[in-house]
Amino acid sequence: MTTLASDGDTAPARQATAWRGRLRPALLAVAFPMALLAIWHLATAGRPASLIPPPYDVWLELRDLAVGGINDDAYSRTLLTHVLASVSRVYGGFALALVVALPLGMLIGRVPLVRQLVDPTIQLLRPVPVTAWLPLAMIIFGLGPRSASFLVFLGAFYPILVNTIFGVRSVEPRLFEAASMLGCRDSAQFFRVVLPAALPSIFTGMRLGLGFAWVVIVVGEMTGVQTGLGAIIMEARQLSRTEIVISGMVVIGVLGFLSDQLVMLIGRRLLAWSPSHG
Amino acid sequence: MADTAIPILEMKNVAKIYSQNGRSIEALRGANLSVRKGEFICLIGASGCGKSTLLRMAAGFETPTQGDNLMWGVPISGPGPSRGMVFQDYGLFPWLNVRDNIGFGPKSRGRTRAEIRDTVGRFIELVGLQDFADVFPHQLSGGMKQRVAIARVLANGAEVVLMDEPFGALDAMTRERLQDELVSIWSRTNLTVLFVTHSIEEAIFLADRVVVMSPGPGRIAHEHLIDLPRPRDIASPEFNVWRRLLASQLHSHHARRAG
Repeated sequence: MTTLASDGDTAPARQATAWRGRLRPALLAVAFPMALLAIWHLATAGRPASLIPPPYDVWLELRDLAVGGINDDAYSRTLLTHVLASVSRVYGGFALALVVALPLGMLIGRVPLVRQLVDPTIQLLRPVPVTAWLPLAMIIFGLGPRSASFLVFLGAFYPILVNTIFGVRSVEPRLFEAASMLGCRDSAQFFRVVLPAALPSIFTGMRLGLGFAWVVIVVGEMTGVQTGLGAIIMEARQLSRTEIVISGMVVIGVLGFLSDQLVMLIGRRLLAWSPSHG
Repeated sequence: MADTAIPILEMKNVAKIYSQNGRSIEALRGANLSVRKGEFICLIGASGCGKSTLLRMAAGFETPTQGDNLMWGVPISGPGPSRGMVFQDYGLFPWLNVRDNIGFGPKSRGRTRAEIRDTVGRFIELVGLQDFADVFPHQLSGGMKQRVAIARVLANGAEVVLMDEPFGALDAMTRERLQDELVSIWSRTNLTVLFVTHSIEEAIFLADRVVVMSPGPGRIAHEHLIDLPRPRDIASPEFNVWRRLLASQLHSHHARRAG
């Protein structure tokens, strides 16, 4: 809603409120992870027997992975390679899922014949966990990055599909009446009514799909892949380099977070009209 | 073209029977209604009297089970821009701002960008929303939304405006203001208005002719030419005479239905 500032506010008072309004959530958001970090530090630091490295060791490892100069081993300065490999698989698989799931979802949602033909099969396949496809994917696509990309595709596919179907099916009937009495009929309604009305749902699906893509990438890269964050996590586990494992987790967390923020940013611009998005 | 002898809208002996779960419901029986160009007609009646069915038939959203449903003597085959509908729940496109909602019809009909800008500008001013052109519907009050809905059908060149309890969801003050504005727009243009309401006062205030409908099955019970001079004074004795007459007619149907 548009709100107008009341005249009584003085400038400094407004500024103070603005500061409190922006700083408080940021402080609160940071407080909890800081506390977790402190507990982690207290529980692990100075105990050689601990299987979990303390936070400072992880930080050193992270720096070594990124820019080197600390351990100078096989992993030094390899972070960018792994990040790029994972990011390209995540966005590649996601883009492919988008290209397939969007038209398919719209067809299932709007064309009864397609719905009757395809929907039961999809409902049957959907409960199968994406990770359960890994062995089959390795047979079909071979050991390697293509299997990983396929899993990402599958992980992103279902949320996008299901939300697209929901979006195009739940358009308010009134809007079709409004469009047709204004002279927009039949197929023209698809682009001028169905698509924009379904956009918020489609967007939710994309956001969920991208989230799943990041979840699945690690599993996808765990076998037979040389590069990628999932690959180094698995490899480091076998070498008992737990600090690398945790570093990989941290990087995945940050990348997933950033990519979600990006989607949200696009969403806010595109869906400014929607009270629940704008 | 606009031959005064041919009614702009004409329903001849129309009936509508819905079937629902194997049961058929008679929504409308043997209704005859003839609307001349430029007339302001109010349909009034209790719920289930078929007034909305009649209106939706004129819009082309419903087809009669029986009888003829004509515009300028030609059967109405579906919804179209010549008959614009204003819904009680507005039916605005939430993803379009005020300007683009009003421009939706002209755009659908392939008008050029300049024509659309022109038309939208004219009608946005007519309903007094110049300052809200870039605002989305969810940021508007109910009264403003309904102004957009009215401008939207006018911008599309509607000859007949069909209004389904358009002010029913608004507060009393807003409703009165919009009633005044509607009469003012109607008197300045060549519009024909078919207006469904359940408010006796609203019907007498607005209409040239009030059509009283009764339920079970829905049918037209009475028609009255309201010959009060405009602008109408809802506190005048003449207004009260009409109010009393319509109230007695509406209530007698209730009594008969109960009995």
